[in-house]
Amino acid sequence: MPETMFIIPGRSQKQGTSLNGGKFEAEYIEVTSTVEMNTNDMRRLGLQDGDTVRLSNAIGEVAVRCTGRKPEDLPEGLLFIAYGPSSTQLMASDTGASGMPISKNIEVTVDVVK
Amino acid sequence: MGENLRTVENATCTFCGCVCDDMDLTVDMDEKRIIKAKNACVLGRAWFAKHTIGNHPAALIGGKEASIDDAIEEAAQILATARFPIIYGLSDVTCEAQRQAVAIADLIRGNIDTTTSVCHGPSGMAFQDVGESTATLGEVKNRADLVIYWGGNPAESHPRHFTRYAVTPKGMFIPRGKKDRTVVLVDVRKTPSAPVADIFLQVKPGKDFELAWALRALVHGVELDPGIEDETGVSLEVLKDLATRMKTCRYGVLFFGMGLTMTRGRHFNSGAVLALATDLNEFTHFVAKPVRGHGNVTGADNVVSWQTGFPFGVNFSMGYPRFGPGEFTTVDTLSRGDADAALIIASDPGSNFPRKAIEHLKSIPVVSLDTKPTATSKLARVAFATSTYGINTAGTVYRMDDVPITLRAAFESPYPDDLQILHAVRKRVAELMSEKRAAALKKVS
Repeated sequence: MPETMFIIPGRSQKQGTSLNGGKFEAEYIEVTSTVEMNTNDMRRLGLQDGDTVRLSNAIGEVAVRCTGRKPEDLPEGLLFIAYGPSSTQLMASDTGASGMPISKNIEVTVDVVK
Repeated sequence: MGENLRTVENATCTFCGCVCDDMDLTVDMDEKRIIKAKNACVLGRAWFAKHTIGNHPAALIGGKEASIDDAIEEAAQILATARFPIIYGLSDVTCEAQRQAVAIADLIRGNIDTTTSVCHGPSGMAFQDVGESTATLGEVKNRADLVIYWGGNPAESHPRHFTRYAVTPKGMFIPRGKKDRTVVLVDVRKTPSAPVADIFLQVKPGKDFELAWALRALVHGVELDPGIEDETGVSLEVLKDLATRMKTCRYGVLFFGMGLTMTRGRHFNSGAVLALATDLNEFTHFVAKPVRGHGNVTGADNVVSWQTGFPFGVNFSMGYPRFGPGEFTTVDTLSRGDADAALIIASDPGSNFPRKAIEHLKSIPVVSLDTKPTATSKLARVAFATSTYGINTAGTVYRMDDVPITLRAAFESPYPDDLQILHAVRKRVAELMSEKRAAALKKVS
C-alpha cells in the first residue's frame, strides 16, 4: 500500500567524499540513490535494508534503495537522501519568485518495489 | 610513492566554506598527486587526494576533442550571438576568474547568477530586508559562549566548523573551549551533529519560521500559549529556557543552513533568524551567520556585489545591472525557457537542478568549465576541462565569513585554469560585440 512521506535531500559525508572521485563513479551513484527511512516505517511496509522503493510525485519518480534509521534519529514519515541525480527527479521548478526551488521536505509517495 | 616529494605548508582547502588555510600538504611530484593532507577533515582529504591529473581532453566541441583555441572561438560565438545568454555557477573558481565572468555578462548584456541562488540566495534577500548582525569566525572562536546551529549538519557538511572555529577551540575569552560554551542544535531530524550539542530541539518540518518567531516573541517579553508545542514540536518550557540563555549569554552566534533556505518560507525563514539575532543585541552581543557550502561561493557574492551592486540573479539586458530573484535566477531562466545559451562555470545544474530546468538546458547551446566530467559537461556544446583551484592554481577565495584568503598551488596541471579560459572568452566576446555594434550602427546611418 503506497504511503505519503516527506523527503529531505541533503549533504552526507559519503556524498561529499565520493563526489570528489567523480559523479559517474559507482560510489557516488550508490550514495545518492540510497534513502534513509525510519525503521518503524520500514517494518510496517515489509522492507529490509537494501530493498528498492519507488518515490514519486507530480514532478517525477525514481527508484532507490532504502536503509533504516532509528526512530529517535529520523521521525516516522520523514526520509533522508544524499542530494544528487535521484533527488532532483522530485524537485518542482517553481521558486516562488525567490530563485530557490523547494529542495527539502518534498512530498512523495512511497511504493515498495523490492 | 616516489621519492620526489614536495611539502606545501599553509595551503587552503576549498571543498567547503570553512576554507581551512592550515593544510600541510605532501605532494608526490612524480605522480602529480597529494598523498597527505595534514589537518584536513575527511572531506578535505578526499578533495586533495582525488583531484589528480586526468587523461580526458582539455576541450571538446560537440563531444569531439578540439583545440582550446577553437573551443574558445565556438564559446565566444555562442555567447555573442545569443539573445538571452545566461552565466551560472562560479562557486568553485577564484575571484579573479569570477571577475572575468561578470565582465562577459556585461559585454553580452546577459544574465549572471551563481550557485548562491540555490543555496543562501534567500539569505541574501533577507539581508536586504532585515540586515545582518555579523562577525568573523575568528571572533566567534574567541568570544562565543552560546553557539546555535539551525537547519544544518556540520558534522557531515563542514566537519572542522566545530573543531577549528566554533565548538571545541579555546579562544581569547573562551579559555576552556567547549567547557565554556553551550551548543544548541535545531533540526527536523537527529543528525550526526547532535552528539556535539548540549541541547537538541527537534522542530517540526516546515515550522522553522514559527519557531524563530516564537523565540523573538519571548525575547521581547511576549507571553506565548503552550500550544506553541503543537505548532513547532518544541515545548514552551524549552523555548523559554533557550530565550533566556540567548539573552544572558556573553556572546551568541546562530549559524544557519539549508534547512531554512530550501524549505517553505525560504527568505522569510532566514530573515526570522537574522531578525532574532538583531533583537538580541538589546540584551547582549549576538550575531547570525549563514554556513556556506562551497569554497568560493562567498567570493562569488562579493565579486558580483562589488561589480554589479547585487549578489546574484543579475541581468544586463538593459545595459545596466538589475537584481531579480525569481526573474533572473537560473532555475527560473531555464525552467521558463528564457535562456537561449548558457555558460556554466564549475557547477552542475545538469545534475542538481529541477527536471524542467535540465530539459531546457539540454535544448540550448551550453559552454561548460569543470575539473571533471559531469552531467552538465556531457550535455555541453563546448566543454573545457580545467585545473583545480587551490591544488593546481593560486588565486583569492572568500571564507564563509567574508574573509579573503590566498590559495597556494601544490602541483601544476596541463589543463588550463578557469581564469585563462574566461579571460580568452572575454577578449573574443569583446571583439565580436564590437563588430556587432559597428554593424548595427552602419545599418542605422
